[in-house]
Amino acid sequence: MTQVSETRPDADQAPRSASRQQRGGRPPSFLGKTFGMDSLKGTLAKVVLLGLVDAFAVYVMMMLFISAQWPVLVVAALVTLAINWIYLRKGGLPAKYLAPGVVFLVVFQVFVVLYSGYIAFTNYGDGHNSTKADAISAIQLTAQKRVPDSPAYKTTVLKKNSDFYLLFTGPDGAVSIGSAAKPLTPVVGETLDGSGKAVALPGYDTLNFSQILANQTEILKISVPVSSDPAQGSLRTADGTTAYAFKPSLGYDAASDTFTDAATGATYTDNGHGAFADKSGQTLATGWKINVGFDNFVRAFTDPNLRAPLLGVIAWTFTFAIASVILTFGLGLFLAVTFNREDLRGKKVYRILMILPYAFPAFLSGLVWSGILNPQFGWLNQTLLGGAEIGWLTDPVLAKVSVLVVNLWLGFPYMFLVCTGALQSLPTELDEAARMDGAGAWRVFRSIKLPLLLVSIAPLLIASFAFNFNNFNVIYMLTGGGPRFTDTTRDIGSTDILITLVYKVAFGQGTGRDYGLASALAIVIFVIVATVSAISFKQTKALEEVNS
Amino acid sequence: MSTSTLTARAVETASPARKRRSFGAWLKDKGWRHAVGVAVAAFAVFPLLYVLSAALNSNGTLAGSSGLFTRIDVGNFVNLFNDPSRPFGRWFINTLVIGVVTSAATVFLGAMAAYAFSRMRFKGRRVGLLSLLLLQMFPQLLAVVAIFLLLSGISDVVPWLGLGSQLGLIMVYLGGALGVNTYLMYGFFNTVPQSLDEAAKIDGASHVQIFFGIILRLVTPILAVVGLLAFIGISSEFVIASVVLTDPDTQTLAVGLYSFVADTRSKNWGIFSAGAVLAALPVMALFLFLQRYIVSGLVQGGVKG
Repeated sequence: MTQVSETRPDADQAPRSASRQQRGGRPPSFLGKTFGMDSLKGTLAKVVLLGLVDAFAVYVMMMLFISAQWPVLVVAALVTLAINWIYLRKGGLPAKYLAPGVVFLVVFQVFVVLYSGYIAFTNYGDGHNSTKADAISAIQLTAQKRVPDSPAYKTTVLKKNSDFYLLFTGPDGAVSIGSAAKPLTPVVGETLDGSGKAVALPGYDTLNFSQILANQTEILKISVPVSSDPAQGSLRTADGTTAYAFKPSLGYDAASDTFTDAATGATYTDNGHGAFADKSGQTLATGWKINVGFDNFVRAFTDPNLRAPLLGVIAWTFTFAIASVILTFGLGLFLAVTFNREDLRGKKVYRILMILPYAFPAFLSGLVWSGILNPQFGWLNQTLLGGAEIGWLTDPVLAKVSVLVVNLWLGFPYMFLVCTGALQSLPTELDEAARMDGAGAWRVFRSIKLPLLLVSIAPLLIASFAFNFNNFNVIYMLTGGGPRFTDTTRDIGSTDILITLVYKVAFGQGTGRDYGLASALAIVIFVIVATVSAISFKQTKALEEVNS
Repeated sequence: MSTSTLTARAVETASPARKRRSFGAWLKDKGWRHAVGVAVAAFAVFPLLYVLSAALNSNGTLAGSSGLFTRIDVGNFVNLFNDPSRPFGRWFINTLVIGVVTSAATVFLGAMAAYAFSRMRFKGRRVGLLSLLLLQMFPQLLAVVAIFLLLSGISDVVPWLGLGSQLGLIMVYLGGALGVNTYLMYGFFNTVPQSLDEAAKIDGASHVQIFFGIILRLVTPILAVVGLLAFIGISSEFVIASVVLTDPDTQTLAVGLYSFVADTRSKNWGIFSAGAVLAALPVMALFLFLQRYIVSGLVQGGVKG
């Protein structure tokens, strides 16, 4: 596939622009003569599509209005207006073709990157994921103790649309319903059993004992607020049949902005870092989101629990990416040269077999290899090495070697294909001329073919580096980043690369989610990738093509 | 084509030599190439045979898989489809639906943008092309945290588009639609002669008719290839899918199959292998079928990897 670069002399646009001026003054950016009119069908399709988009936009804006998200509402309204303007006005044709893709691009590629940049400067994460007001009510909700003389509420567990509700029958016989999200409300139309306990409600499914057992953990977590004021306390059940009243053990005083522990009398004040802390610095679990400036970046490179592992990860990320490129390119080139013979029998068979790894889905490759290399049960140790216990995935050095071998398996077919293509497109005259001059095969390859090859392959090698720099699947599926470093309590291991670290910090189990730190690390990757691409960008011919 | 003269000569000189060539000469000339071929092919194929063998051996655990193909039955495949907590059938359908919708929309959005860049001249065209080229350097997974938080924000407003929604995931994937494909298609669109649209314009065709009736028709095979490659890429995507899709019923193969072995890698091995074989077969078939196009695309700009 050759690229025909279009050469369209600007000169032949000049006479056309005159005729265009007469037809409604379309901008002189158009090519050629004016287009024909839109057909009726086309106009109809346009109106219907635009109507659907507008209907959706109005729906979204109503929802935004209800949830009082004013800034977002304004943006949504402006975007909707812009889309309508683009499609209803005459002219502006390029915008009509570009708008749909650009909208997605701006929201899910450009905006999210900027948003990452913003999150990197906050303490967003588990325990810090909302506003201060939310945090105050959450603290009141979670830090609750059973009221000593609480009456028993007979309880039935109900389910509706996969949400659980609790149906309470009070000591006075009053029946009310509530869930974790909805405060207690009185109900009518309930079914009572012999003891006067409400056991069913129209529109809800009643859970029987075994269903309650099956959903035990979720049901025990439900805390139904008595009212929308969290200070009023809540109702909770420990067995799915009886509930008791709970009251906040921490009382909030709005005037002094402090929490006081009813039992110990300790006071907790805003510590300026998005949490309430007592005098000894002990913080309450729920905090709120604040801007922390460069804290995340500083923490990443100074926190003793993080610094050494992170530097190790950065070094390994570079090693992994560079070694992967060198290994795959080396093997790929070697194979391309080896099989670059017209008269080699079975060449096609070799070729098909060799590109199979490339066709195999990448995420599965890591998982399959993790089975082969598994130290206890894996095929390599058990069968090939007769029961050896070599820690292919658990020894820090061997795990790195394993990752590189698996990535070589994944990547060499690509390089083989690319190098074969490039070798075959080299002019043979050079080869012949060199041989005439008495150069041997190796000499021809090293001094003539390789330099020419590198010219066309170099951009691909840089792209391959950038890809491997963020090659999440192979690492995460094969070793999960392990074996873990011993000098840190965090889940960081010797084969972790930056992107798997970002994922584990943000969504990993164990240590709480820390979106702020994860985004800061993502920004670090971003800067590295940008630097590498900026350097490579200068060298690719891409720029020239765009200029055509 | 360029090697024709050389090979013709090589064959001429080689054929008389072949008759009286010793084994040593053969080894030096071609034998070692075959040795390399066999060794590398074995390296390439072995893991695939291994997973196939494990899939067909219903003994099931990782430890039991000592020899290859010691036992062949379909027990694992039966178990695979009978585990309600791990609905493999649903995952398969989910992957197909998400993949097909996303790749079709990707091709369409990319083609529209490529048409604009290829056939129209407007302010910001060069900047636009350059920014696309730049943006494709940054994979979406870098912003996975922000994507997660954005979707959880969307959940509060429009729940069916937010976290846990496949439609939401498709939207996220479409964010990458322009970056990767437009530039590729732009190149192909430029190969369609401008004179064709000029002629159509004189005949009174609208820009929409030219787009659908001429350009898209002429590059249909390319569109198919770009779409299929997008499909292959999306069906392997793990990071964003694992963050967005939390309910096992909505998950894709990548997320689901990972969960199969994430906690107990050894125990579910047989069933996982069966799932892996079924998941890989269509993709591999597609890939080998497209081999020719992919190779030419690779040399041009690196499509996968």
